[in-house]
Amino acid sequence: MTTSVQAAKSTVNPDEVAQFTRLAEKWWDPDGEFRPLHHLNPARIAFIRDHAATRFGRDPLADRPLRDLDLIDIGCGGGLLCEPMCRLGANVTGIDAGAETVNAARAHAEIMDLDITYRHVLPEDTGADGKRYDVVLNMEVVEHVADRALFMEAAANLVKPGGLMVVSTLNRTLKSLAMAKIGAEYILRWLPVGTHDWKKFARPSELANELRPHGMEITDIKGLSYNPMNGEWHQSDDIDVNFIMLAVKDRA
Amino acid sequence: MKHGARSDDRIDVDVLIIGGGFVGSTLAAALAETAIRVAMVDTQDPAAAIDAEFDGRSFAVSLSNTRLLEGIDIWPLLAPRAAPILDIRISDGPSLFFLHYDHTETGDDPMGFMVENHNLRRALHSRLSDSATMTFAPDKVEKLERGQGFVTAQLRSGQTIRARLAVGADGRFSQTRTEAGVGVTQWPYKQSGIVCTLRHERRHDCVAHERFLPAGPFAILPLHGEGLEDANRASIVWTEPGDVAQAMMDLDETEFCGELQNRIGGFLGEIVTTGPRYIFPLGLQFAETMTAPRLALVGDAAHAMHPIAGQGLNMGLRDVAALAEVLVDARRLGQDLGSAVVLERFSRWRRFDNTVMLAATDGLNRLFSNDIAPVRLARDLGLATVNKLPPLKRVFMRHAMGVVGELPRLLRGESLL
Repeated sequence: MTTSVQAAKSTVNPDEVAQFTRLAEKWWDPDGEFRPLHHLNPARIAFIRDHAATRFGRDPLADRPLRDLDLIDIGCGGGLLCEPMCRLGANVTGIDAGAETVNAARAHAEIMDLDITYRHVLPEDTGADGKRYDVVLNMEVVEHVADRALFMEAAANLVKPGGLMVVSTLNRTLKSLAMAKIGAEYILRWLPVGTHDWKKFARPSELANELRPHGMEITDIKGLSYNPMNGEWHQSDDIDVNFIMLAVKDRA
Repeated sequence: MKHGARSDDRIDVDVLIIGGGFVGSTLAAALAETAIRVAMVDTQDPAAAIDAEFDGRSFAVSLSNTRLLEGIDIWPLLAPRAAPILDIRISDGPSLFFLHYDHTETGDDPMGFMVENHNLRRALHSRLSDSATMTFAPDKVEKLERGQGFVTAQLRSGQTIRARLAVGADGRFSQTRTEAGVGVTQWPYKQSGIVCTLRHERRHDCVAHERFLPAGPFAILPLHGEGLEDANRASIVWTEPGDVAQAMMDLDETEFCGELQNRIGGFLGEIVTTGPRYIFPLGLQFAETMTAPRLALVGDAAHAMHPIAGQGLNMGLRDVAALAEVLVDARRLGQDLGSAVVLERFSRWRRFDNTVMLAATDGLNRLFSNDIAPVRLARDLGLATVNKLPPLKRVFMRHAMGVVGELPRLLRGESLL
């Protein structure tokens, strides 16, 4: 069932708007709580852009290479990916399980004057309207969901034939336990303690097995690695901790 | 208006450049090649600036910056009137020791080129009038509001411009910088620089001379002959304590040339000045930060320096190359061009280079602008030593040419796109 949070103008509570704006500021503060996502963004945007442009026959470095592609970001948070995708030309829908998060994302898009559709809905429910997407983003979400197989099925069902999904998450390895869980949460304090449950981290093979029954194949996988010298993330061959994958659906 | 979305009387662009001098115009020309929409506001009437006669000022453009100008289609307009610098001779006053930079030690390229002010201005103007850049001049930003998602500028003409990013390219006394509350650190010198152009009897052979006289540096920079018969020309940059400099300015032509001849010596033969003389108080100044929310500072607005090594405009052009690249890359990632993440990349990239250059030129000036015997001996030996150590000299030369460090694509001679 879709829980619409689109309120008529007259019923908007100004206090609530202010609260969402404050929450949006938290999401968009590059030195705040979501700093790691801001730093991850260039590497993951480049991966999405290059694959989406290539699959749909565009030049990834041309202006607005995702022009007119229908794109949905599952677990959009404050819109950190939706806004760049919108600027790259896509018709963007962002969905999130958190009602306040969705409102915050919408408030920020308004400030930025960007045309993005945000909805407070779960992926298994949003598919009910029959709308399918050229590009489905499934980024930094699967490590947080309760039933991953069900979630992956719902996400795969949102992909148009011939479309693609980009998945990124944390691998379940000893290295990720050391770095992403203990290192990032307890030592570096990049993330609040308890952000991640290591047991929920997913191996690429597990995700591939969950997608295959729904007509999707993994065709590329890259690691996302941190360079402590310049504080930037880049694509790499080390998929032991953060990784990003491309899954494509048959055109049939 | 050629492009830029309009809403009522407001024009929406991506980048608003405040100040249309050399640095601002070069940035506009660099961005004109991209999909980034630009508006530029300048207080000067461009037609008046173009019609201005030969004004006697010129720039030593480093090799890397000629690549930048090439990359944005300005260089072909300038090259026919630019003089290559094939050799730089640095000497310490009357001493015999001198440092000799020969371009063949770093490859076949010249060390840089002498470009005259009016030629550069014309080239930029011609390039920009062929582009989609919207220029508002003569006009002025009366009010600049930097909001959460946009900057909004109210112009004196009544025009409103909204952009993602404002760039302050409005010079040493940048109002944009002051109003953003960005402070400056300053070291005034008690020196002034006199600038003029000479015609001389003998050929300069494309050699630049920098003499560290006790009163301050004295530079002889070779200019292009403009195709004239008696066209041996050179640009002079002459530093003196402020009161002495003013006294020199007040001399008549014969006396002035006599003072010049004393400092130049006889190797150029007879000399006469051509065009006006200029005097500039010297000083070092840099902004405490090159960025503020939705604002980037470039050129003299960010850093103004002693013109000892001719690096002022060169540093400004390096700002332009870095900012243009950061903006193009951000655009390709769909990032907000005025966001803190994007601005941080620019300031991190430029900060180091600017600090090194400011410290180096300030140090050189302090080292050479005195006549204490031990200092004099030490620097003579230092110059002679550097001259005998080709690897060290190459490092100095390459820095003066602007080809060290992690270079923006435009400075490597690559396309921005």
